[in-house]
Amino acid sequence: MDYGVGNVKSVINAINHIGCEAKVSCEISDIETADGIILPGVGACGYAMTVLGDLSEVVRSVALNGKPLLGICVGFQLLFDESYEHGVHKGLGLVSGKVIPIPSTAPNGGRLSIPHMGWNLVNFPDDMELFDGLGDGKHFAFANSYYADISDADAKVAYTNYGIDIAGAVQKGNIFGCQFHPEKSGEDGLNVLRNFDRICKRNKQ
Amino acid sequence: MLTKRIIPCLDVKDNRVVKGVNFLNLRDAGDPVELGARYSAEGADELVFLDITATIRSNRTIVELVEKVAKNVFIPFTVGGGITKVDEIGLLLRSGADKCSINTAAVMNPNLLAEAAQRFGNQCVVLAIDAKRTEGKKDKWHVTVKAGSEPTDIDVIEWAVKAQKLGAGEILLTSMDADGTKEGYDLELTAAVSDAVDIPVIASGGAGTLASLAEVLDKGKADAVLAASIFHFGEYTVKDTKDFLASKGIPIRPVG
Repeated sequence: MDYGVGNVKSVINAINHIGCEAKVSCEISDIETADGIILPGVGACGYAMTVLGDLSEVVRSVALNGKPLLGICVGFQLLFDESYEHGVHKGLGLVSGKVIPIPSTAPNGGRLSIPHMGWNLVNFPDDMELFDGLGDGKHFAFANSYYADISDADAKVAYTNYGIDIAGAVQKGNIFGCQFHPEKSGEDGLNVLRNFDRICKRNKQ
Repeated sequence: MLTKRIIPCLDVKDNRVVKGVNFLNLRDAGDPVELGARYSAEGADELVFLDITATIRSNRTIVELVEKVAKNVFIPFTVGGGITKVDEIGLLLRSGADKCSINTAAVMNPNLLAEAAQRFGNQCVVLAIDAKRTEGKKDKWHVTVKAGSEPTDIDVIEWAVKAQKLGAGEILLTSMDADGTKEGYDLELTAAVSDAVDIPVIASGGAGTLASLAEVLDKGKADAVLAASIFHFGEYTVKDTKDFLASKGIPIRPVG
């Protein structure tokens, strides 16, 4: 989905590279007929929800009806109940949790430089389909100043450590999200997208 | 913990990658599309594309070239060279860039950094500084502009601190004195800027031996190293570089 807040081009380049077809659209009919939805995004949650507008209900409803959804970066942050970036903004509420600022000081007193930008190691929990075949953990490219504090008992979360634990990815049924940029994380990132592609194909059958 | 980043740099002129010494005597180093794809696949952590003729604002073919390079680059991709307006950044981001590097225009109009950060987020705004040692003064550097051709009386450290406040998310710090010499980075310069700001500093200029890369990441306190000649002319691969840095205990993202 291109709702004007992202590096959609990079996502499309990566999707095409893995031999998968993607359509850039914000049409309700496309959202309803697609095998899966990718919600990319760079920038701030509140602004992203505003530009998503009425489409947020459409996305919510197809996701709740079982269509695979992958949120990336701000698209990932939109999956939660609310965000505290520049005020309080309601999210899609698909996964329980809130999006809050990365503190400038770690619990051990260390200074955290913000944004959290660069490659960090994400540790995979068991049975997280996005990371099938990728081993126990891999490095992915991050660029975020806010992070998701996830309180959903039904969600699987893969964490990365940045002085505090930051959610790198989440899965709740058919709803997936990555705080990192899989389209910008080299071969391992492309493998995450390949896994999402497989999930979409399986769901279609 | 974040890993230290290894960043090959494509200096582009007339649709070719070139590399000189102290910004002069350019020699051909290959095709940007091919080199970009290769570095991305070989495990580089980011890629930088600099239009050294600084014509991004007026030259549509440069933007098309950025688009072509981006098609095969699956790592963060920074583009710079003659950006003067926020709209130009928007155009480059839509063409496949993830971050934009601003140099001369930010010196002329510092508010450009703030405008860009407000519109696209500070993770997207890289301030490039071409620094030159000020003669007769120990450990003092001044900012130069227009691809190093014009000195200013702006102090590099003060400029870096101001740029961070305005919204720069990262500093790409090139030592004009060391650039292309392959004699090692300017460690004092890099450490002085790293100490003065909280945002990441990318050390550039002078990459020679792999030990020089380790040195600037360690003593120079850099978060990332940019290198051109050593990669373009095949002296080291990204993997050689990362294996060496790992052996020195520097945290890196391992390759394949």
